[in-house]
Amino acid sequence: MAELSLPKNSRVVAGTTHKAAPGGTNIKSFQIYRWNPDDAGNPHIDTYEIDLDKCGPMVLDALIKIKNEIDPSLTFRRSCREGICGSCAMNIDGTNTLACLKPIDTIDDTVKINPLPHMAVVKDLVPDLTQAYAQYASIEPWLQADSPAPPDAERLQSIEERAELDGMWECILCFCCTTSCPSYWWNGDRYLGPAVLLAAYRWIADSRDENMGKRLDALEDPFKLYRCHTIMNCTQTCPKGLNPAKAIGKIKQLMVERQG
Amino acid sequence: MQDVREALMQGRNSTGKLVQRPLSPHLQVYKPQISSTLSIFHRISGVALAGGAVLLSLWLTAAATSPHAFALAQSLVDSIVGMLVLIGFTLALFYHFCNGIRHLLWDVGYGFDLPTMHRTGAIVLAASAGLTIVVWIIGLVVL
Repeated sequence: MAELSLPKNSRVVAGTTHKAAPGGTNIKSFQIYRWNPDDAGNPHIDTYEIDLDKCGPMVLDALIKIKNEIDPSLTFRRSCREGICGSCAMNIDGTNTLACLKPIDTIDDTVKINPLPHMAVVKDLVPDLTQAYAQYASIEPWLQADSPAPPDAERLQSIEERAELDGMWECILCFCCTTSCPSYWWNGDRYLGPAVLLAAYRWIADSRDENMGKRLDALEDPFKLYRCHTIMNCTQTCPKGLNPAKAIGKIKQLMVERQG
Repeated sequence: MQDVREALMQGRNSTGKLVQRPLSPHLQVYKPQISSTLSIFHRISGVALAGGAVLLSLWLTAAATSPHAFALAQSLVDSIVGMLVLIGFTLALFYHFCNGIRHLLWDVGYGFDLPTMHRTGAIVLAASAGLTIVVWIIGLVVL
């Protein structure tokens, strides 16, 4: 059942403000969600003022600057800083994206940063992705074929067959899409969500995979697949420009087609 | 059924003590998107149509009951509030109808790319407003 408001312990309260050093001319405020399991109490919003003249262009640069120079306790995931690892997925300026791909100058006002929505918070901007990873494992994201592979070569595909996978193999599992989906917010315990369904279709569409029927059987469920109501927040928010909604639509089409 | 995600709301602090984790903000912080806004309108208009169908049956029941009851129902329909409800019903009907066609197109695989999705959304909004105005002009002026 959808609970539109936050539980009591999750309501966000005001926090502290870290003023910029005097003399800066290009000051930008960052309002960042903070919660530390070692402090009793509710999450709060801390404000950090940054001189953009002494900061890199992306939101991740600002977060790293804050951690290095102002508040080392600020906790967030990051690794590649170029949009290929998916670690720094978070809600920036009201939509989910990767902090490393989001230029600060595309945000007019104060930069508001929250963890990925409707997830259990481990600390600050770090959400618990256990459920999402377990759902990913449940679709068995590996090649399945009963016929033996050629003894001296890979399983080959035509150029056209390979092109079927474009727009899907690029997914980095940052879960920006999944956590932008209201259906996943309300039913994420049983609905697989856009990222995992895109991955499911990536294997269904693979010409080398021989388990399409079994894969579709596993998704034929009122919750796993059909909680998708084509809201399309997933496609709207994907930082890699992929289209999970379209992949889910294709799974639904295959479900109908195989009924003959 | 218990929500399995409840288990993830339990965490431990650095001393190993169990603590209740917060749920990150969702509706509170997510900016309204054209995608989700049109989607929730579809659902709201569907609920409104169900309510409108009840009113429609009441009106028919009144007509079948007695001239007096029908006159009463008719006076309610002719009142300002009645008119506003009817305009809302017409708008909900056309929005649900037009966006329903958009959903049918998605179901057969068309219109998933973002520019098309934005364009069809704008067309649905314009068409439902336009059709509502046309119906009311016909209803008030022509008939």
